[in-house]
Amino acid sequence: MTDPLSLSPLHLDTPEKPYLDSNELIINMGPQHPATHGVLRVILKLDGEKVLGTECVIGYLHRGVEKIAENRTYAMFNPYVDRMDYVAAVSNGLGYCEAVEKLMNVEAPPRADYIRVILTELNRMASHQLWLGTHALDIGAMTPLFYTFRDREEILKIFEKYCGARLTTHAFRIGGCLYETYAGFEKDVQNFLTFVAPKIDEYEELLTTNRIWLERTKNVGVISGEDCIALGVTGPVLRASGVKWDLRKAQPYAAYSKFDFEIPTGENGDTYDRYLVRMEEMRQSLRIIEQAVNTIPEGPIMAKVPKVIKPPVGEIYHSIEAPKGELGYFIVSDGSTQPYRVRVRPPSFVNLQALDRMVRGLLVADVIAVIGTIDIVLGEVDR
Amino acid sequence: MPNFVMSYLGSTVTPGEAGNQFWALVYVLIIFAGVSLAVVAMNWFERKALAHFQIRLGPMRVGPHGLLQPIADALKLMLKEDIIPAEADQFVFWVAPLIGLLAAFTVYIVIPFGPSQAVSDMNIGILFMLGVLSLGVLGIVVAGWASNSHYPLIGALRSSAQMVSYEVAMGLAVVSAVLMTSMKTGTGTLSMIGIVESQQQQGIWFIFKFFPLGFVAFVCFVIAMIAETNRAPFDMAEAESELTAGYHTEYSGLRWSLFMLAEYAAMIAVSSIAVTLWLGGWLRPFPNLLRAPAWDLIFSLFPSLTFGALAAIAVVGAMRMPAHSYFKVQRIGLAAFAALLGLIALFLLVIAIAGRSSDATVAARLCEGIDYVYWFVLKVSLFMYLFIWCRATWPRYRFDQLMRVGWKVLLPITLVVLILTAIVGVIVP
Amino acid sequence: MNPGLHQALIAVYTTNTGPGMEPVATPFFFYLLSGLAIAGGFLVITRRNPVHCALALIVTLIAVANLYLMLYAPFVAAVQIIVYAGGIMVLFLFVIMLVSIERASRDRRFNRFWPVGLATACGLLALFVSAFVKGRALFPDRMIAIPEGSNTQQVASMLYGEAGRMGQYTFAFEIASLLLLVAILGAVIMTKKKI
Repeated sequence: MTDPLSLSPLHLDTPEKPYLDSNELIINMGPQHPATHGVLRVILKLDGEKVLGTECVIGYLHRGVEKIAENRTYAMFNPYVDRMDYVAAVSNGLGYCEAVEKLMNVEAPPRADYIRVILTELNRMASHQLWLGTHALDIGAMTPLFYTFRDREEILKIFEKYCGARLTTHAFRIGGCLYETYAGFEKDVQNFLTFVAPKIDEYEELLTTNRIWLERTKNVGVISGEDCIALGVTGPVLRASGVKWDLRKAQPYAAYSKFDFEIPTGENGDTYDRYLVRMEEMRQSLRIIEQAVNTIPEGPIMAKVPKVIKPPVGEIYHSIEAPKGELGYFIVSDGSTQPYRVRVRPPSFVNLQALDRMVRGLLVADVIAVIGTIDIVLGEVDR
Repeated sequence: MPNFVMSYLGSTVTPGEAGNQFWALVYVLIIFAGVSLAVVAMNWFERKALAHFQIRLGPMRVGPHGLLQPIADALKLMLKEDIIPAEADQFVFWVAPLIGLLAAFTVYIVIPFGPSQAVSDMNIGILFMLGVLSLGVLGIVVAGWASNSHYPLIGALRSSAQMVSYEVAMGLAVVSAVLMTSMKTGTGTLSMIGIVESQQQQGIWFIFKFFPLGFVAFVCFVIAMIAETNRAPFDMAEAESELTAGYHTEYSGLRWSLFMLAEYAAMIAVSSIAVTLWLGGWLRPFPNLLRAPAWDLIFSLFPSLTFGALAAIAVVGAMRMPAHSYFKVQRIGLAAFAALLGLIALFLLVIAIAGRSSDATVAARLCEGIDYVYWFVLKVSLFMYLFIWCRATWPRYRFDQLMRVGWKVLLPITLVVLILTAIVGVIVP
Repeated sequence: MNPGLHQALIAVYTTNTGPGMEPVATPFFFYLLSGLAIAGGFLVITRRNPVHCALALIVTLIAVANLYLMLYAPFVAAVQIIVYAGGIMVLFLFVIMLVSIERASRDRRFNRFWPVGLATACGLLALFVSAFVKGRALFPDRMIAIPEGSNTQQVASMLYGEAGRMGQYTFAFEIASLLLLVAILGAVIMTKKKI
């Protein structure tokens, strides 16, 4: 494979100047870099300090997850799914289980749906908290990182009590949930809700009206709604550009249709709007969790699913709203116990395309802010 | 000879002015040792305070509550391999940290810890300080160039451009404070001791004079001094998450620690300027208003009370150590430290009472001197805390925004404050 | 200590301060500083590396500032350090570092026209020697008297005037600052690609 640096700068989209000007410079960021959220390599073409074009080189974390899926049974593949977006593992599991259930025409019982929603929304909260801490750290505010990680601990404690793992949870099974909620689950979740609501206000107090924060994030990395749709960008990035599209409302899955919550949108599509959208999403997650934990029905947690999962021949694409965007699973079954093809549509991979559009004309220091604001996880980008 | 040595004890001028070279040398040595100790303490304090801002504990292992951590760091840095890049210019690489260090330490000649407690009181004290601090910029520029690497060079140029820009705003804020020294008497003074004495004569700290003009000038100076020392939120040039990693990238071991020493010493130096110009230097609160001997005694007790409080905190810390054999040494160490602080508190108490009750010259002079130094150091410590607080709280400015703040915001504000101060000074009798 | 002796010593040390500057070891310092300035100047023109030249120039400037100090002009000395060594030399270094210098350091050490340079320098030296010899009466042979009033006040009264009158050089000072402003604007307009 050719080294991208050896390619002519033509493909960095400056056709009128095929050679480097005396001011222009090609700089390599990563793959080891404190601020690229994983092993991402970004090649920047700069004019002095302004960015003319970028190229992302990915694949440093490619583990061949989709190929592995072809050699595992459906249930065996479930733990692999967590490792893609390792920050929001519960959502990954939810998407995969629901996709296979759809393929097999099985519906999870309502109690399982409620448990799934609670855990997924808790995970959304944890993912956004991690995003906030690392994004603020990139821009230079060191302190919010510690606050968000401390509060995220409570969520991870709940996960550990529920399924034994903090990060790569493997919480759900095909057909429902394996574990019943432990004694004291509702109390823990209620305590968490009362604990974390003022904390979100604390994060906002430090950043939202801070002049330095505003100067670093307003009008930085602007992308319009049409560009987002054209590039296939989803999630908070799309919503901050003004497009009110959330799969939890547009194509409801699990038990989301039963809850009352709002979809926050932004206006300008800059980094500040994405920040505000994610902060508001955290609050809406708390709303959903509260409603779910108050109205969780009794009943079985696992549907009638055969011991050996052999879906009928066919294919399905099922997507959910992961914290980072639309996470989709395209599964092709050939009637055997192992899938013929599992294709994951990771939100970070598609959103990363927007990086080039967002950073044209910005300064180098802003590139790091924009990478942070798209909220990528390399495990998902590379799979 | 003993007379020559002892003669200074009764003098009311600094040894530099008195031409007393022995005492000037003694003062220089005391200042050198004091500043080094202060830098070490500041290193510990920064790590602990930053950690507590970030809800963690900071160094706890090396010595009780990490008190010996800076010593461990210094030892480690001294024992590291001294790497010099192959193509680097050897002489310039070696001399660059020295320039910064010399500049940062030379300013301490004029810093007034008391009306006669300075190495020398120059007529142009404040100008001398600004001038020598601006020589520190050269050290940074040359350090970045000597590394023979692209990123340190860019970082050094950015750092020095930032420092030069904020020197302008600093200078104008200083000028408006110096202008206030001429208000009552008609002749102003650039001498540091003279500035504090004019605050004492006019009976008001310059931060409160012509409110809010003095206060705005003070705030502008504080912002400029944070930018001048490359501290957050103006530390883009040395932030690790940016592309350019700063001018001291290629320096390792002892050379790097020289840069850090110069940075902390410069921080203390610019804080001393701020304290002298606006916060009344060595003056205790209300020196003119509360002049009774009882008040003198009460305010003289402050140094011993401070050390007593610190000793009490250390004792509480020693008592709260886990009762485990691993912590025995730490507990004993912290208790010994508490005992040392307690002894110092006791000594200061004795001096305060002896100095203020009787008129015995030695004790009175000692008590006065200690009081002056105490109030000055207390105010400078508040500024150190401010530096750390700012670093923990705010994100950092992008470089072009930083330059914009320096030229387009601070410069007009300080110019306006200067003009208004002059106008108000002429109008108000 | 004997209180009488104590008071006497205080009297001695507090009345002997004058304006704070007593000349001490004048010839030693003069020759040291002048030698340093000349050595710095020599290094400026003989060093191959432009950054070394700039550092040598800084040494020269600081030596000259100390010479001003010896002439009882501390204000001018401090301003020389702030403006020249701390500002102008930093700009010199900026330019040296940003402009490619490899070509310059590979050039020949002394160019082909060195006889012309030597002749010019000899002529200049002859001029200085003749001026010194002919005008010996103008050079005093002892240190100047300690001036009354501090240097800052003198400079201020010359530049800004005092007691309501214009100083000697106030008009020239204002014109010079306007000239500098025009020069800055001109430099910015000439170098920026677009404002």
